[in-house]
Amino acid sequence: MNPPDYEYLRKVLKDNSGLDLSADKQYLIESRLLPLSRKCGLPGISDLMQKMKGGSASTIAQVVEAMTTNETFFFRDKVPFEHFRDSIMPEMLKARAARRSIRVWCAAGSTGQEPYSLAICLKEMSAATAGWRIEILATDLSQEVLEKSKAGIYSQFEVQRGLPIQMLVKYFKQNGELWQINADIRAMVQHRQLNLLHDFSQLGVFDVIFCRNVLIYFDQETKINIINRLARTMEPDGFLVLGAAETVVGLTDVFKPFPDKRGLYQPSGARPASGAGALAMPKIAAMAGR
Amino acid sequence: MKTCLVVDDSSIVRKIARRILEGLNFQVIEAEDGVDALVVCKRAMPEAVLLDWNMPVMDGYDFLSHLRRMPGGDVPKVVFCTTENGIDHITRAIDGGANEYIMKPFDKDIIVAKFQEVGLIEWSEPTPV
Repeated sequence: MNPPDYEYLRKVLKDNSGLDLSADKQYLIESRLLPLSRKCGLPGISDLMQKMKGGSASTIAQVVEAMTTNETFFFRDKVPFEHFRDSIMPEMLKARAARRSIRVWCAAGSTGQEPYSLAICLKEMSAATAGWRIEILATDLSQEVLEKSKAGIYSQFEVQRGLPIQMLVKYFKQNGELWQINADIRAMVQHRQLNLLHDFSQLGVFDVIFCRNVLIYFDQETKINIINRLARTMEPDGFLVLGAAETVVGLTDVFKPFPDKRGLYQPSGARPASGAGALAMPKIAAMAGR
Repeated sequence: MKTCLVVDDSSIVRKIARRILEGLNFQVIEAEDGVDALVVCKRAMPEAVLLDWNMPVMDGYDFLSHLRRMPGGDVPKVVFCTTENGIDHITRAIDGGANEYIMKPFDKDIIVAKFQEVGLIEWSEPTPV
């Protein structure tokens, strides 16, 4: 991809999704946009760029979607789900004993592997949660991705990464080479389209937020803004789970690391530094014309 | 170094599996059917067995039944790796003492994921994207 096209793509992504494409992501562009070019009936990525520059809103939307869809699999990294089962849930079952309800938000729910992994965790501990109302909300930027999540249908390849075979047998129905997660697990997850750059205070307050492997795509200012707004949408004794390569340390002090549990944070009670995170990203939202 | 016995009647599959497993620091022994594989196990139990289902002479399921009855035969982690991808086969394999199950086609990512699942490979720290 030539430098002007790269700069153009970078700006479009930044304006529309907040994705901060560094200069070394040539491989990512090729692996994501070449298949999309073909899908659009175009010979190559440069033709796709031309179509975007021509003002095709649907092409721009598809490019943003293709570039921001993350790789995900069931029980990805394993540890966060152990935290959920062994630390977060026992804590919450004690703390919420009076109201017997817990709200969980997967802020980058993607194609459903993460919210359904949480639903499976909850199913496995159903003796302890009988009579509780536990809500799992999965949001994602991409409508296409959410549709896949809702359907809960996965390829043979997808169900073989992260999912122990016993769980595949227990929680999925086979249909040829495809596997669909059982209806009772699907019913545990609600879906909603959401851009993290925009205001999300309308979602209400959560006890647990999984926000994994999405902040890494944003620049520093955007990261801080989102983390600060996450803190405002969380109970004071709630839990935040970040991806293994992510941290709030050095960015903001509204969350503090949970002792000895990597990737797990709790609200610190501190207020965000002046103004940061008070509002959704107004500049970017305006530029994106939304 | 852990040893993995690869049991498959296809020399191509064995070669692919060997390359992946050696890359994961396993010492690889090959067998082309269940009888051949039992001979290897009698000599020395491997830590892992990557096991095809359909093979001449003795199939993977029969091998597994024999293995689990041998002295020390409960030790190896057995991971099926087969084109038999029906839930009936999977259930039968688990009931027969298999630890994990790979539906072909497979690649390195799947082998790593399944071997981690049964504790043959350490969970690695995820690398930043």
